[in-house]
Amino acid sequence: MWITALLVPPLAFVALFIVYPIVSAFAYAFFDWNGLARGEFVGLDNFFKVLFTEPYAGWTRNAFGHNVQVFFALMVLQNGMGFLLAYCLWRGLPGARFHRVAVFLPVVLSTIIVGYLFKLFLHPMFGVVNVSLKAIGLGFLAQPWLGQSSTALWSLIVANTWHMVGFPTLVFLAGMQRIPGEVLDAVRMETESEWVKVSKIVWPLVAPSATVVFTLLFVGAFNWFEIPYVMVGLDGSPYGSTDVLGLYFYRTAFGNQSGATQDFGAGSALAVLIFVFVAVVAGIITVKLRAREIQL
Amino acid sequence: MSTAGETYYDRKGLLGTLGRDGLIQIILIANTVIMLAPIVIMVFSAFKTNAEIFQSPFSIPDFTHFGNLLKIWTQTNFLRYLFNSVVVTGSAMVLILVLGTMAAYAIARYEFWGASFILMFFLAGLTLPLKLAIIPLFILMRDLGILNNQLSLILVYVAMGLPTTVFILTGFIRTLPNELEDAARMDGASELRIMWSVILPLVRPAMVIAAIQNVVPIWNDFFFPLIFIQNDDLKTLPQGLTSFMGEYTTDWGVLFSGLTLSAAPIIVIYIFLSRQFINGMTAGAVK
Repeated sequence: MWITALLVPPLAFVALFIVYPIVSAFAYAFFDWNGLARGEFVGLDNFFKVLFTEPYAGWTRNAFGHNVQVFFALMVLQNGMGFLLAYCLWRGLPGARFHRVAVFLPVVLSTIIVGYLFKLFLHPMFGVVNVSLKAIGLGFLAQPWLGQSSTALWSLIVANTWHMVGFPTLVFLAGMQRIPGEVLDAVRMETESEWVKVSKIVWPLVAPSATVVFTLLFVGAFNWFEIPYVMVGLDGSPYGSTDVLGLYFYRTAFGNQSGATQDFGAGSALAVLIFVFVAVVAGIITVKLRAREIQL
Repeated sequence: MSTAGETYYDRKGLLGTLGRDGLIQIILIANTVIMLAPIVIMVFSAFKTNAEIFQSPFSIPDFTHFGNLLKIWTQTNFLRYLFNSVVVTGSAMVLILVLGTMAAYAIARYEFWGASFILMFFLAGLTLPLKLAIIPLFILMRDLGILNNQLSLILVYVAMGLPTTVFILTGFIRTLPNELEDAARMDGASELRIMWSVILPLVRPAMVIAAIQNVVPIWNDFFFPLIFIQNDDLKTLPQGLTSFMGEYTTDWGVLFSGLTLSAAPIIVIYIFLSRQFINGMTAGAVK
């Protein structure tokens, strides 16, 4: 009795607001929808529509391609810098504690604040980026960062890196601090080379941190929504050059400001496809990366 | 920080170490400047007029120009948004900690059929991206009649926060010795009393970790209010910020003040509790 009383309320929350919606999302994708009303069973029609029928198929490919680009770019910039910074902090030089607090500070900020802040900084006329470039004689480099297809997505990627780089940094740092001192002493006997030490000892030994950071980045990159929503709007402007699956899914399901139609059927199909893709690939990544983790 | 690292480097050649450490210091200082500069410029700009922001974005203001802040205080719904965020986040956190402790205590302390299955059930909720279930959630909230009602947010946040909380607390309670409870039981204390007076004080450190891990994403969440809340008086801070940023597009002093005021609460708390924040927010990722 006592155990039941303890367990039922929390289980009810998770069942009703996590498990039930996710299971329903799969079911909804197989129905036709008229606004908020469920129509008849249409089998795989919705999936067929978003994957193979134009213009949906083109939008899906375009958005998916950008998510892939975002994932690889953040992998290099955010996780790469995170590893480098962790390695620097690990040395424990004077001020390391302060640097650690500073690098994590943006992580606690709302993505909405970060998005708007960078949007203001990147403003073509008054933004601090272009104003600074002009002030130091590099005015020819000033450009409408968010207004042209060639730089818009990269601007979002940079904003995201600034916001989140503290997370991989601190996770890698925790991994490095767990490396036993005896191991490091033994390496010192063998080699003087920093590169050998990093590539042969530190990197393999922080594998558990890498597994977590890579997997979370993958899931995050394919759920990317807030930064593009705030900085370039629901349509992924200019000309869809920053459109990603999160924006596309939202537009399809709930329409955009200009009052386009809501399509819960196609939206659900997109959600299911993203969900399955993320779950399967994240699963594979985790298993593959776990295999290279070493137990000391 | 890492004593192991220090002893290792102490034995290196002095010159090589100096050069290498110098490079590392330069990287760290440069990075810290990059991390702090946007925030500093944001705060400085909050105290400037438009003309000052456009002409000299880096100059230090004299912090006597409160016009922007006053405008936000008096002409926008900012205080309302702030109040809403406190109410929603506060209610969700209380429920998460109470329900999470209940479930974790039951799973960790009592032998019963299905305990590990129930833990797995919570764990499954840990990794699923709930954003993708937003259509069914939207319809569920409509059927419950709580669209455009902060209750919808609180319910979703509680459900999202429970898996991590149960996970962290179950692991922690399992490491606590049984003797205290057994002694209390001998003395005839009720199960409820044991949980409240014996276990609860002991799990407080783990509750802080679980609380911080959940409070930051809930406080900062934008996606669920975007879908569930339309009424301006019910909006939370991140969502309110978007309507307000759309309104004052040309008044940059006000925009920077709005961003500064929105960021201020969490920055101030972070500065005082940075260790707890870092531990809490990386808790799931660091074994």
